[in-house]
Amino acid sequence: MPILLLIIVLGVLAIAGFILGRRRALASVEGNTRRLHSLPNYYAWHGAIMAFLPAMAVLTLWLIAQPLIIERQLSDFFPAEQFENDSQRILLMADVRRVAEGLDVAVAAGALSNDDAANISADGTIRDRLATVGVALGADVTAQVLEASQAYRKLAATGAFWRSIVALIIAVAGLFYALRITNGDFRARNRVEAVILGVLVLASTIAILTTVGIVLSMLSETIRFASMYPFKDFLFGLTWQPSFQGNSELGLLPLLWGTLYISLVAMIVAVPTGLFTAIYLAEYASPRVRSIVKPLIEVIAGIPTVVFGLFALVTVGPFLRDWFAVPTGLGSSGSSVMTAGLVIGVLNIPFISSLADDIINAVPQSLRDGSYGLGATKSETVRQVILPAALPGIVGAILLAASRAIGETMIVTMGAGAAAKLDLNPFEAMTTITVKIVSQLTGDTEFNSPETLVAFALGMTLFVITLGLNIFALWVVRKYREQYE
Amino acid sequence: MYDAPTPETRLTQNTLKITARGVQVYYGDKQALKDVNVDILDNTVTAFIGPSGCGKSTFLRCLNRMNDTVASARVEGEIMLDGENIYDKRVDPVQLRAKVGMVFQKPNPFPKSIYDNVSYGPKIHGLTRSKAELDQVVEDSLRKAALWNEVKDRLNEAGTGLSGGQQQRLCIARAIATSPEVLLMDEPCSALDPIATAQVEELIDELRASFSVVIVTHSMQQAARVSQKTAFFHLGSLVEYGDTSHIFTNPSDPRTESYITGRIG
Ligand SMILES: Nc1ncnc2c1ncn2[C@@H]1O[C@H](COP(=O)(O)OP(=O)(O)OP(=O)(O)O)[C@@H](O)[C@H]1O
Ligand SMILES: [Mg+2]
Repeated sequence: MPILLLIIVLGVLAIAGFILGRRRALASVEGNTRRLHSLPNYYAWHGAIMAFLPAMAVLTLWLIAQPLIIERQLSDFFPAEQFENDSQRILLMADVRRVAEGLDVAVAAGALSNDDAANISADGTIRDRLATVGVALGADVTAQVLEASQAYRKLAATGAFWRSIVALIIAVAGLFYALRITNGDFRARNRVEAVILGVLVLASTIAILTTVGIVLSMLSETIRFASMYPFKDFLFGLTWQPSFQGNSELGLLPLLWGTLYISLVAMIVAVPTGLFTAIYLAEYASPRVRSIVKPLIEVIAGIPTVVFGLFALVTVGPFLRDWFAVPTGLGSSGSSVMTAGLVIGVLNIPFISSLADDIINAVPQSLRDGSYGLGATKSETVRQVILPAALPGIVGAILLAASRAIGETMIVTMGAGAAAKLDLNPFEAMTTITVKIVSQLTGDTEFNSPETLVAFALGMTLFVITLGLNIFALWVVRKYREQYE
Repeated sequence: MYDAPTPETRLTQNTLKITARGVQVYYGDKQALKDVNVDILDNTVTAFIGPSGCGKSTFLRCLNRMNDTVASARVEGEIMLDGENIYDKRVDPVQLRAKVGMVFQKPNPFPKSIYDNVSYGPKIHGLTRSKAELDQVVEDSLRKAALWNEVKDRLNEAGTGLSGGQQQRLCIARAIATSPEVLLMDEPCSALDPIATAQVEELIDELRASFSVVIVTHSMQQAARVSQKTAFFHLGSLVEYGDTSHIFTNPSDPRTESYITGRIG
């Protein structure tokens, strides 16, 4: 039974559980709902959950485990040394799966009978026969692979059969169990609440586990990198000169400098502008102006960064070069820290203004009244009462924007270039960590060289920087919380 | 009819501070005040009483134009402060509010230190020339508001960390630190214990020497104790206004009588 159909059947059982659970609960108290421990709907949900959830959980586990088990069983078909090597095994299994799928398609299309598929031999005909039904096989199919794929088909079919049986049995069992224990005294509400709690906890762990997974995978690659390239040279090296013939210099500092410099320019643009915009919108603008201006500003946030990159490349870069860099003799390049910084700054304005506007609006009106009531003007009130009260939130917004600026890639590639340089001149081309991560990983490079693996070390660095920013933000927020609440 | 001059009749000779004529207030389409006429005297405590929702706070907020900050509010009529219409275009509400201070119904200390809360007004109006002078103003104000002893060791702690009643006294200190000419107090004692209430009432009586005080209160006893003039509001109208002793002993309107004897409100 295909998975989708199986899930639909489970869904139907769940609906049955919903209806029957409710009916049974009501029947057990002769329709007098006041004698039920919980509202009838809780019994209904309990029936549905018991029919669906355990079966679904087993199904999920099965789907994860089955390929692993099949793979283990197929090891008999191949020489042990081939199967021990990770990358070779992955390639072999991909071949096996591909041939097996090809056979499936051929059978489904009627080009082969099921017996044919099981008995076909590894002469040249298999490629041609599969080609006639539109399945192209890459390399020659060896006898081993063909046999393995036939075994794979058999195992997969058995697995699918038992999978459906087991899932259905569990679903029906769950349904009957739910109905059996349903009566007026059964605490269905507590059960349902526990399930809801479980779902919530699961949801929050998924995000955490993903982060942990990302960090661990980056960490392991970073450690591999450190075993190939002296980590001290990476952290404190002043030159970035990867060369794929070997003896590259992979110093982090020029990239880190470029990242921080560009982000600094961006924040110098974005923070005052965004904050002033927010103050204007929240405190001064009439409702009509606000209802027009706010969405207009937020349009900026919806523009893809590539478009901003083009703007940097075509308009801002040449403009800065012709009107500032060349006349002042500071440089002759259109790509520069200034170009990228300005454009990233503009990109971040709506981000800051929109968040800060919400935060300022959340400051209670009574504080404004208190200040106006003492004869303070609007700007005095904003400066001395509203901004201090909104400060934790505003700091949070700014740090969020800073993380975005640090992680920005597209605009930097197009606006600041790709030259890794340690320079103070803001009209020089420079580049950032993110740009180099992309450029080290793109192209046909071996995955085992320090030139490629350095991307993970760079990613790790970026992660540590943003983590540091966030911890700092939390610290600021907490400090002011304590003081003001 | 020949009465010996009582303290109250002497008070009527005090100069007029505020005169309100035909004041109407609307929140959107809803009328909250109807045609209110009141004369508020200098060096006098005037009490506003009346059932909840009758418009006492609304009228109080008209006197220093705090209703300007409510988008839906619309004020009609004339309110003269020292002979000048405060709703005139030439009047700067900011300056007006420095002269007519306010203590709100709900305590609203700023999220700043206790010291900064009290020094806020003097600082923005440049009332003091030195830090020592400012310290003195802060101390005096806190003393008058009967809060000094409780907070003198923690002036740098957050004002929001005080108890509700302490916050209310902090707001009183904050308002008198600006040394206004008129002080509007919206139920200043609703969150205070009897001791603090007595202290604040004492303060109000002291303030009368230099300011005119308007106080909204739900306590008849308090109105009788501290005020010389009383205005009774009901459903958005000013029902009766006169000497406190007169209103409480011999009200001319039956609604006033039912209210002070506890039959409406
Ligand atoms: N901001 C506002 N928007 C709309 N209506 C308001 C607003 N403020 C007050 N009102 C209305 O105006 C009327 C008078 O309110 P006000 O606050 O002046 O009453 P009050 O006499 O001070 O009552 P209380 O003794 O409960 O404080 C009420 O009906 C109230 O609903
Ligand atoms: Mg009120």
